[in-house]
Amino acid sequence: MKARVFVTLKNGVLDPQGKAIGRALNNLGFASVGGVRQGKLIEIELAETDADKARAELTEMCEKLLANTVIEKFDIELKG
Amino acid sequence: MKSAVVVFPASNCDRDAAVALEQITGHKPVMVWHADSDVPDVDLIVLPGGFSYGDYLRCGAMAGQSNIMRAVKEKSEKGVRVLGICNGFQVLTETHMLPGVLMKNAGLKFVCKPVGLTVVETQSVFTRKYQAGQRVEFPVAHGDGNYVADAETLDRLEGDGRVVFKYAANENPNGSARDIAGILNEKRNVLGLMPHPERVCDPLLGGTDGRAVFEGLLEALG
Repeated sequence: MKARVFVTLKNGVLDPQGKAIGRALNNLGFASVGGVRQGKLIEIELAETDADKARAELTEMCEKLLANTVIEKFDIELKG
Repeated sequence: MKSAVVVFPASNCDRDAAVALEQITGHKPVMVWHADSDVPDVDLIVLPGGFSYGDYLRCGAMAGQSNIMRAVKEKSEKGVRVLGICNGFQVLTETHMLPGVLMKNAGLKFVCKPVGLTVVETQSVFTRKYQAGQRVEFPVAHGDGNYVADAETLDRLEGDGRVVFKYAANENPNGSARDIAGILNEKRNVLGLMPHPERVCDPLLGGTDGRAVFEGLLEALG
């Protein structure tokens, strides 16, 4: 089973990198670009075949290591 | 006073800390490798600056999961003093030994320069040799020193006298909330700070403002 974990900043947490990317896109002529937020994508291969168990395990991984839940939230996407 | 300095892969201020400790306390600190699972019996544990584990995932995140940090956390719960400098501060927030988090500098640049600080709180073993309100100058060298916590946590830190160092007015190099440069845990035996006192302990290195941190510890811990 494959998982994709998206770690992003919580709403309201200032993201200076996202802002800089937004400005750079504007400078490149992409005038329609408004807000930009940057995050991380982590791809994980799991031996677990039960989706519920996999999701529970991934949630624990996020809380223990992959995300700093003081400022970040996470989304889990499962495949196969 | 017996001390130990933890060495992570890519720590780079471990020897600066060791030199400062030896000069001031007269005893060589024990250097403890990150893979060890025990810290020897000491009065002070220093988590040094650097880029532990290449800053992978988040600054301090991997170090926070290391064997040695489990031991450091246990010791700190028994009252052993822990001083986390720069990356060490980041490690302390990642292990939740200190609240909040250190985010990328607001200006996005790595900042490396001497910065003026105000000693806000002298009721701690780390700052007892300073005067309240005293201005000191320590170097900073970090890309992720922007201290962030929710308003309630910030109020509690300030109300309990746990903010010990602030950046001096108009000298905040990273956008830190309320100009916070260093904070204590609730039991006041753990200090994390972004600026480097260990780099200003010898006049040859440009200043001695940092000596009082180690002199205070020596005086308090014998």
